[in-house]
Amino acid sequence: MPIAHTPTAVPVIVDEAKCIADKGCTVCVDVCPLDVLRISDLTGKAYMKYDECWYCMPCETDCPTGAVTVNIPYLLR
Amino acid sequence: MDEIKSGLTEVVCDVLVIGGGTAGPMAAYKAKRHSPGARVVLLEKANVKRSGAIAMGMDGLNNAVVPGYATPEQYTKEITIANDGICDQAPVYKYASRCFKIIQELDGFGIKFQKNENGDFDVKKVHHLGSYVLPMPNGDTVKKALYRQLRREKVLISNRYMATRLLTGRDGQIAGAIAVNTRNAEFLVLRAKTVILCAGAAGRLGLPQSGYLWGTYENATNSGDGYAMAYHAGAALANLECYQINPLIKDYNGPACAYVAGPFGAYTTNSEGNRFIECDYWSGQMMQEFYSELQSGKGPVFLKLNHLHSDTIGKIEAVLHQVERPSRGRFHENRGTNYRERMIEMHISEIGFCSGHSASGVYVDEFARTTVSGLYAAGDMASVPHNYMLGAFTNGAVAGEHAAEVAVNIDLADYNAADVVREQQRVLAATRREDGIPPNQLEYKTRRFVNDYLQPPKVTAKMKLGQARFAEIREDMESAMVVRDAHELMRSLEAASILDCAEMAAFASLFRTESRWGLYHHRVEYPEKNDDDWLCHSILRKRDGRMIAEKRPVAPYIVPIDESERSAYDSQRIRQHA
Repeated sequence: MPIAHTPTAVPVIVDEAKCIADKGCTVCVDVCPLDVLRISDLTGKAYMKYDECWYCMPCETDCPTGAVTVNIPYLLR
Repeated sequence: MDEIKSGLTEVVCDVLVIGGGTAGPMAAYKAKRHSPGARVVLLEKANVKRSGAIAMGMDGLNNAVVPGYATPEQYTKEITIANDGICDQAPVYKYASRCFKIIQELDGFGIKFQKNENGDFDVKKVHHLGSYVLPMPNGDTVKKALYRQLRREKVLISNRYMATRLLTGRDGQIAGAIAVNTRNAEFLVLRAKTVILCAGAAGRLGLPQSGYLWGTYENATNSGDGYAMAYHAGAALANLECYQINPLIKDYNGPACAYVAGPFGAYTTNSEGNRFIECDYWSGQMMQEFYSELQSGKGPVFLKLNHLHSDTIGKIEAVLHQVERPSRGRFHENRGTNYRERMIEMHISEIGFCSGHSASGVYVDEFARTTVSGLYAAGDMASVPHNYMLGAFTNGAVAGEHAAEVAVNIDLADYNAADVVREQQRVLAATRREDGIPPNQLEYKTRRFVNDYLQPPKVTAKMKLGQARFAEIREDMESAMVVRDAHELMRSLEAASILDCAEMAAFASLFRTESRWGLYHHRVEYPEKNDDDWLCHSILRKRDGRMIAEKRPVAPYIVPIDESERSAYDSQRIRQHA
């Protein structure tokens, strides 16, 4: 049974100009209860890897540079 | 990160607390305060700084028993009546007697509670009979305040470790737990003299109407792992058919929240703008009226604030858009809903297990002891009815102190090494397949059938069909599930907990052949409450590898309830619309 990928618009958006993950910051990754954020190997910036969001907002609230925005997932917007 | 590695480490401690949300940190803190020399480990599958139901704080206490406003006797009586008489009063009374001290202690941690102009706690009335609601003006700081205390007491915190099974000794007593790292799949065997389960509600049981797996009322991390672990360790679980169902903002699926807005003059109405319930306190009886109104020609149901002054609404918004579920302001903004202009459409949540709001939990006594020796439970997953956040703190404290006291007087129990090997095989089986069915599909299917077949009104034939479907999913899970990284491995283990809980929900609901707790256990073929046969707990447990159910008498009341008082929660509907 091969596995396909279904596209989804992810709710958490990171402003790469503001994100300082490439300087070693991992705050948003650390505080996410669902553990859905990661630091990209390509860009060195945080991004939402898994679309499993409770739109609870610790990532946005605790981000030291205001780079993270939590949107309401489209299915319930 | 996320790559699956092999590894197994053994750790020894005195008290192991599983779950770092609300009850867990308090249990660990109190265990350490009681026995400063003890090794106390707090295990959390997320990060204790921001985990559990209060990751973003809480707007207030829903069940504060504050001297001058209420007595432990009154509170015990109210909860006994609200829970339709099925209530062992000793743990409720103990909670009610102790919770004020916990409030003062939290106040000392820097968590502030609202006071009136005389400097007294500003308690509000939301319940049917008494006054128990106490707002928390800086409720967003709860987790930070707790975390500071944990660091100060040198509690050993292990983040990103998910407990998968409890370990028991030769005589069935607790011996520890097995956990797996959620980012690299390495195993941890934690040997402990006592274990406290604080893993929260089974909140990912039903599927929200949005279809989004994570859009649950409860923090979506609370997937019922504690219920599943207790079950597999042989512990008794009580009244699981008394589901949690809540009135929520439709689609957003967070509280509206009548407890916050109610004391300011907001109320629940039908589409005609008329009140239809006497009281906004979340009881099963109230939920039945809510459900009936939704289904009637007068639905949907709304929370009405638009009659209030703009400044008053501003105060309500300042609370609702700041704590617990702060993204709700963003949700309303997207839809152009302004509380000043429009009523807020509400709906009912998916089903779950949660004693925090209803009464479905792992059976515990007044010391938070389960029926397994050395195993405790506290918070949303323990059977103390309607215990909310303050119950989690208070019963967590009770559990922590008792577990520490016991731990200093006993030796570690030996576990069976074969149990660890077997558990590793179970956990890793899906990682060894090249292809198959991913966990999210198994979870979606389980939860879709939970909605189709288990949601009230409950029908016997439907629940039996549900059981047949769950058995098929279990076969798929055991033979065809595929997991590709450590994160997905965590999801696969959660999917297994969810399936366990679905089977328990069906089994418990079929067992109780009456209706009780309003909508929570409305059985269509047995529409009446039957006190002669069913004024008792239903207890579910695993025996010889199979699920069994039995009755357990309600402990004799220590606070007597008059015949005339027993039906106080039965008349929630306003008889005549104004």
